[in-house]
Amino acid sequence: MASTDVIVQEVSRRDDSQRFVNDFSLQVATVNGSGSQSANTILLRSIFQMGIPVSGKNLFPSNIAGLPTWYTIRANKHGYIGRKKEIDFLIAMNQETAREDVLSLSPGAAVLYDEPMNLASLRPDLTFYSVPFDKIVATVCPEAKLRKLVKNMIYVGVMAHLLGLDMVQVENALRKQFAKKVKAADLNWGAAQAGFDYAASSLSKKDPCRVERMDKTAGKIIVDGNTAAALGSMFAGVTVVTWYPITPSSSLVETLIDYMKKYRIRPDGKATFAIVQAEDELAAIGMVIGAGWAGARAMTATAGPGISLMAEFAGLGYYVEIPAVIWDIQRVGPSTGLPTRTSQGDVLFTAVLSHGDTKHIMLFPASVEECFSMAQDAFNLAEWFQTPVFVMSDLDLGMNNWMSDPFPYPTQPIDRGKVLSKEDLDRLGGFARYKDVDGDGIGWRTLPGTDHPAAAYFTRGSGHNEKAQYTERPDDYENNMLRLARKFEGARARVPKSVQMGSGRERVGIIAYGTSHWAILESRDQLRNEHGLESDYLRLRAYPFPHEVQDFIENHERVYVVEQNRDAQLFDLLRLDLPVEQVGKLRSIAHCHGLPLDARSVTDELMSLEGN
Amino acid sequence: MATTSSAEPKTNRIGLTVIDYKGGRTTLCAGCGHNAISERIIDAMYEMGVQPERVAKLSGIGCSSKSPAYFMSRSHSFNAVHGRMPSVATGAVLANHNLIALGVSGDGDTASIGIGQFVHLMRRNLPLIYIIEDNGVYGLTKGQFSATADIGSKLKTGVINDLPPIDTCALAIQLGASFVGRSFSGDKRQLLAMLKAAIAHRGTVMLDVISPCVTFNDHEGSTKSYKYMKDHDEPLQEISFIPSFEEIDVDYDPGTTVDVTMHDGSHLRLRKLDVDYDPTNKLRAIATLTEAHHEGETLTGVFYIDPNKPTFMDLLHVTDEPLATLPADAVRPPKAVLDEVMESLR
Repeated sequence: MASTDVIVQEVSRRDDSQRFVNDFSLQVATVNGSGSQSANTILLRSIFQMGIPVSGKNLFPSNIAGLPTWYTIRANKHGYIGRKKEIDFLIAMNQETAREDVLSLSPGAAVLYDEPMNLASLRPDLTFYSVPFDKIVATVCPEAKLRKLVKNMIYVGVMAHLLGLDMVQVENALRKQFAKKVKAADLNWGAAQAGFDYAASSLSKKDPCRVERMDKTAGKIIVDGNTAAALGSMFAGVTVVTWYPITPSSSLVETLIDYMKKYRIRPDGKATFAIVQAEDELAAIGMVIGAGWAGARAMTATAGPGISLMAEFAGLGYYVEIPAVIWDIQRVGPSTGLPTRTSQGDVLFTAVLSHGDTKHIMLFPASVEECFSMAQDAFNLAEWFQTPVFVMSDLDLGMNNWMSDPFPYPTQPIDRGKVLSKEDLDRLGGFARYKDVDGDGIGWRTLPGTDHPAAAYFTRGSGHNEKAQYTERPDDYENNMLRLARKFEGARARVPKSVQMGSGRERVGIIAYGTSHWAILESRDQLRNEHGLESDYLRLRAYPFPHEVQDFIENHERVYVVEQNRDAQLFDLLRLDLPVEQVGKLRSIAHCHGLPLDARSVTDELMSLEGN
Repeated sequence: MATTSSAEPKTNRIGLTVIDYKGGRTTLCAGCGHNAISERIIDAMYEMGVQPERVAKLSGIGCSSKSPAYFMSRSHSFNAVHGRMPSVATGAVLANHNLIALGVSGDGDTASIGIGQFVHLMRRNLPLIYIIEDNGVYGLTKGQFSATADIGSKLKTGVINDLPPIDTCALAIQLGASFVGRSFSGDKRQLLAMLKAAIAHRGTVMLDVISPCVTFNDHEGSTKSYKYMKDHDEPLQEISFIPSFEEIDVDYDPGTTVDVTMHDGSHLRLRKLDVDYDPTNKLRAIATLTEAHHEGETLTGVFYIDPNKPTFMDLLHVTDEPLATLPADAVRPPKAVLDEVMESLR
């Protein structure tokens, strides 16, 4: 199909002047450490403030300064905020990558570049804008050593002119970005204006990318998933946070520290929390387990390498039944992998993290709003089921900017689960820690420090019976393990339900989770509009899989499981979970390049698997 | 103490008998030093009148780490994973700083697999009593050398240890523990006094207690045997402890005795024996340990103490109530806070 389709697309691109209005992908190629992040955020916000749905994705190196970085802003009037495969407009600021960046563009795309790079001769099928950044910056920034930082603001002004951005919105975004740093704001605003003036006087618009005011972002916020997770955790009542720095999870805890210092210090100066940077991830989760045992709402945040180190404690937490919340902001593995690229590659490992028979509850947030709400779900589930709960975010969700409705204030009470107080013990006389008195596999626990002679029990990772006593008896071991399995089964009904879209009567079903969601939303429209293929969609939000998953598979001829890893990890978990007659219906679509999944790739592969 | 013949059992200052501090029956070998340490812990807790429910016992893996099952059944206990007790203990104290945290570890659990967590625990001066039941070998896996075994000491199998030992006391002093000492499971009097002082101390107490393994390391050629300790135990001081709730009825001679006023008003009295020793001088402490080591002596006593050093919990400045049980309205900010944050993200 490829060659003819490309030509058709290209023709329609040129013909349809409306097509790129509020629908384009703009990429800024810079060097990290050059201050481009501010310029990019201001561009993003300016488009957002004009009412156009927008998303920003930072493709950055595992490095502090001097290596190539690409930031992609996607504006889309339909509200598609996943990654778009094609780049429509390139801002080339990095000599090192400019040639390859330009050569990889689709025909018809536009390029704005720093004049000395002289890129215009590279391709005849692109639109080029040449801007003498150094000359312009010299006129607005007398201080030579600041020019490097201000230079990037010039493309904001140039783009404002070329795209038709309202400079009032640009200034609003700029002043918000620099907040209290008025001098820096003034200097940068001057640079943006100079860029705008240069474009107005010296460039003539030749590409189709434009913005027109819309009303699709009114009341919305822009936030990254790690910030949302931090906020969710604060409102979930977290009291102990222990962590070890690792990309891409560090910003979750660092943001949490900022919010907690601001909102969780009492008037007497005392903190209602303790946050500790541990010596490694082993200690981070060990502290969480210790704190959870003693009754705190305790959490840590990490990424794949940390998850590997936490395996031993995860098994302990499962077996001795201690609540814990672990955020995994997934990045590309195995080993160090690509620390600054996104992935859903920890799902299979985390599901059974530990030696011995172990199963863990996992939550799959797809949006910043779910990072906020699942932070609360995670604690409630962890304390209810007395077990570690893993929230499987990823770098794309955690570190990139997403548009969202404001988060609703939590309505669910903080559920501390089955904890016996001194008064309960007075009434009961005693208790057996691991006895299934309620038939749900969940025993009652007491907290250390409970002032009752019968409160204490012995927590041990070795074999234990209902009374938490040491045992090596085969029946004690087996009964305990079967109870743990029953408890885990019970979680199916209590974890966040799947979200379903579509008529429910189509032949083709799609299952996805986490950030793959955004590609699926768009891909289903592509399948319908371009191929006449209607689909139903089930978005999984948790493991163990809720009961509706089997019904969904039952009701479809073929079900595509879409995810961002090589080995089809969730597909594998489904295969383990489903009745054998359903397994044959599953097809895998798995991508593992480290970039956020895009709709086009899903559509193409799905149609190819459909036999088209 | 159990010399009275009256019908009423003897009780401590909170009305409990020593039975209230007992644990389960030990499953360790007869004669194991660890059992003697368990007994001293019971005595110390009883004599200090500690409410058992306030104590959290924490341990790692190994013979030593089993021992919390053999004392104080009325205290919560957590037998965690190998070498990781410090992190679990830290978490527990973060959650509830009103607990009296008692960590029991071994030389393998501390100085090999757990050395990373051990050094960071010492750095933090977390309020915690950390006891190493130190026998120089891995008992549960049948007698391999640990990292505290001395150069030249010999296994039953004839294998000679050719690596230098890690001195956990010197490490703890250097890193920031505020009460560091060494004792011997066979020295009832010294160990009991040190344990009582440990209970009164605020901050990390690190006690390395030589505790012979009767099965795998009590033979000729071992430097952690009962006989070796009998010949080489070199106490620095004669230690007495006067708890805050008891009258001081004995004077001391400042020329021969160092009197340390503990944070809770108790007094630790260290009567100097051979050398003039200042237990508040870090450098001197480490030098003394090094010298004793060169001379092949096992120095015991209180090596270092700073009763007023701020603890990790002081630095964290948390609420007086345990974080674990703060009510919902104390830990969930009001809606106005969320509104404010949402506004900032628009």
